[in-house]
Amino acid sequence: MALARYVGGTLLSFSRYLGELAFLIAETFRGILSGHIRLRLVIHQIFEVGYRSQLVVLLTGGFTGAVFATQAFFQFHQLQMDTAVGPVVSVSMFRELGPVLCGLMVAGRVGAAMSAELGTMKVTEQLDALRALGVHPVDYLVIPRFLAMVISMPLLVTECIVVGILAGYIVTTQILGVSEVYYLYNMLHFTGGKDVAMGLIKGVVFGVIIVFVSCHKGLNAREGAVGVGRATTDAVVAGSLFILVINFFLTLTLNIFFPAAK
Amino acid sequence: MMPSHNNQEIISVDNLVQTLAGQKILRGFSLKVYEGETLVLLGRSGGGKSVFLRHLIGLMRPLEGSICVDGLNITSLKERALAPVRKSIGMLFQNGALFDSMNVADNVAFPLRESGETNEAFISQKVHDALQMVSLHGHLSKMPASLSGGMRKRAALARALINQPRFMLYDEPTAGLDPIVADSIDLLIRRLQRKLGVTSIVVTHDMKSTFTIADHVALLHEGRCYFYGTCDQLRTSTDPVIRDFVEGRSHEAP
Repeated sequence: MALARYVGGTLLSFSRYLGELAFLIAETFRGILSGHIRLRLVIHQIFEVGYRSQLVVLLTGGFTGAVFATQAFFQFHQLQMDTAVGPVVSVSMFRELGPVLCGLMVAGRVGAAMSAELGTMKVTEQLDALRALGVHPVDYLVIPRFLAMVISMPLLVTECIVVGILAGYIVTTQILGVSEVYYLYNMLHFTGGKDVAMGLIKGVVFGVIIVFVSCHKGLNAREGAVGVGRATTDAVVAGSLFILVINFFLTLTLNIFFPAAK
Repeated sequence: MMPSHNNQEIISVDNLVQTLAGQKILRGFSLKVYEGETLVLLGRSGGGKSVFLRHLIGLMRPLEGSICVDGLNITSLKERALAPVRKSIGMLFQNGALFDSMNVADNVAFPLRESGETNEAFISQKVHDALQMVSLHGHLSKMPASLSGGMRKRAALARALINQPRFMLYDEPTAGLDPIVADSIDLLIRRLQRKLGVTSIVVTHDMKSTFTIADHVALLHEGRCYFYGTCDQLRTSTDPVIRDFVEGRSHEAP
């Protein structure tokens, strides 16, 4: 009985949470459609979200590509298939590692900052001050972050992937001694536009998840500094978990439109 | 003091009920405010005065009851539909609620920029005038974090006044200010009323301030309007609750 109540309660609060997210998303689109776009804030957010996330994303992509190439080489080398490392690294970077790792890093860096900033505004009555001045907090705070994320995320994912592939290429050909020509030929042969499309679509979806999860947590922060801390933690945890779970279903769905095998 | 307002009822609050964390804060609070007057709302700390003020600008919705501002029932309006009403109301929050990502000048200019003003020379002139009005000129580029509590409050007041609202809501405008600045804020409230005909509702505990600015005084006690009248009626009242409040007596043993 207690278990059923616990499960029921959890399901109920989760569906309530999804409902609140849906309302936030609807309000954001209502604002965008009625033209409440503040270009100056969008540019500022692109700087915060996109430009300043680059170092983190580049390092993540680079070292992941390098270590992944190394491990793949160790396995393929036993089968005398050294040049298969190229396509394995590039396809994985495009389809999974690039968007997911980039998403996780951005959820940590940007998602935390967003929920902390909005949460602090909430608990210090700055959100109320906005509303009292006749400005909708979604228009002023969420829309610029949403647009900035939608613009920045594909670029960040691209950087992450490109650097990852480059790092894999350098490690495999320069340190592990695989032929550059065959590596490149196989890589280009097995990597196509559909892999690129999948990576970029995933990147945008993850960006959107991060924005709404983080902004929702921030806008609903409660009870002072503790509440802001909790909102920030929740935003990063929920954002990362959403990314990992949705990624699985997204892979299955997108694979219908962009099949992995030739 | 002769009332300096006319007899047009501009804000009417009817039977407001609100609960916070299971506690009934407002239990059928009613109030009327006449156009161009300054109404002072007194009451104990935690008695629901600020909560009531937040209802007037639609930041909170009552469980029961209605609020009409200039003939418009705002309790049923949706968030976006409230924007025009809110733009006619200036609100001074207890701690100022300045945007901490902007300096003083940008905070004060915020309502102007949001209403579509792009002429920077005009904006900076208006900001200068507004800050002059609250005696805070010369602090334009300071961030809110580096201002004292009183300066923050005055900057917030300049922000609330810059678009010349018809109504002003003050949440403890003189709390935490030195007596001289407090007096200048009182005089400013009076001046706004006389010159621009601003209708004001002031929540305060400051009895000196009350007697300086009020046309009418209301006392919020146990969720209801316990007293409503003029300053003279407040002064001469023999009701023990009112006397305790006016004279600041707690009846505790020393």
